[in-house]
Amino acid sequence: MRVLGISGSLRSGSHNTNLLRVAAQVVSPPHELEIFNGLRDVPPYDADEDTDPAPEAVQRLRDAIAKADAVLIATPEYNSSLPGQLKNALDWASRPFPGNALRNKPVAVIGASTGMFGAVWAQAEARKVLGATGARVVDVELPVPHAEAAFAGDRLADANVHENLAGIVSELIAAAEARPAELSAAA
Amino acid sequence: MATVTEKTAIPTGVWKSDPVHSTVGFSVKHMVVATFRGSFTDFGVTLDNSGGEPVLYGAVRVDSVDARDENLKGHLLAPDFFDAEKTPEIRFTSTDIRTEGDELVVDGELEIKGTSRPVVARGTIVGPVENIAGKEGVGIDLSTTVDRREYGLNWNAPLPKGGFAVENEVTLHVHLELAKEE
Repeated sequence: MRVLGISGSLRSGSHNTNLLRVAAQVVSPPHELEIFNGLRDVPPYDADEDTDPAPEAVQRLRDAIAKADAVLIATPEYNSSLPGQLKNALDWASRPFPGNALRNKPVAVIGASTGMFGAVWAQAEARKVLGATGARVVDVELPVPHAEAAFAGDRLADANVHENLAGIVSELIAAAEARPAELSAAA
Repeated sequence: MATVTEKTAIPTGVWKSDPVHSTVGFSVKHMVVATFRGSFTDFGVTLDNSGGEPVLYGAVRVDSVDARDENLKGHLLAPDFFDAEKTPEIRFTSTDIRTEGDELVVDGELEIKGTSRPVVARGTIVGPVENIAGKEGVGIDLSTTVDRREYGLNWNAPLPKGGFAVENEVTLHVHLELAKEE
């Protein structure tokens, strides 16, 4: 199974991108996790630009989601919610709505923050948005608080949190495997 | 002049729903004040009273939901609501059919989104009546009310001034014209 990781944070030292790197380490072959690197290039949603063909950066996003069997989103929390650029990307991905790339796609949301709550509200809001897109939202969350001290090399410093991440990745892959093969990732 | 319709007990034989002249639908309060109606266009219902106890059973293709808006239809088919990919059919099988006075009462198991629960539907049965083609027909109207959350259709949205976008109680309606199998 191919899992696409999308980090909601753009900065180079992002804790959430690091969280996805840890997730990539716990994915056992033949499964694999690839981190999407085009979020910064996605333009602000504009229905005038929502055309066929789509803007190049939007098409890259839609193709990356369509080719993945599952999506793992790691989100920081801005003002008790998900970052604008991540929400913007999900809005683009959900268009055109009836057959959008997220439809029925197994998606799980995790998150890290430097505060004590681990982006738990951002994760909840991301799950709500993903449900509205028609995604198959896996009912899990992983709050990683105090993110500046949460990592130990390519692992999470707290063994329990690390195990929880591994469990979420397994559950996400299981959700992808449960789908009929012909309806899973686009060839 | 003789009346052409009369209420009867359960007629014998095997009866199949006419897809054009039958309706399977639902109604639910929307935005607190209004009643939204939706229907399914692909379904089949059979009344089998060919021996033993009569049984009414049927299946509905979820992806045939007619909501008059492709975005709404897309949301209804998604995991938030019916999850048509995982559970493409709604199914019903009766466990008891009886008349109580003028009323038809049908107990049965209703399966939505992979969850089966007992329901009691009430309505009427009319006929049999011979139509202009010389074939016998029966009409059955039934309705029942379910709490959609019991079937895992949990989506809702709070309204700014109170209340929720969609009521949890949903009334299911079937209006069936059934023709007797030769």
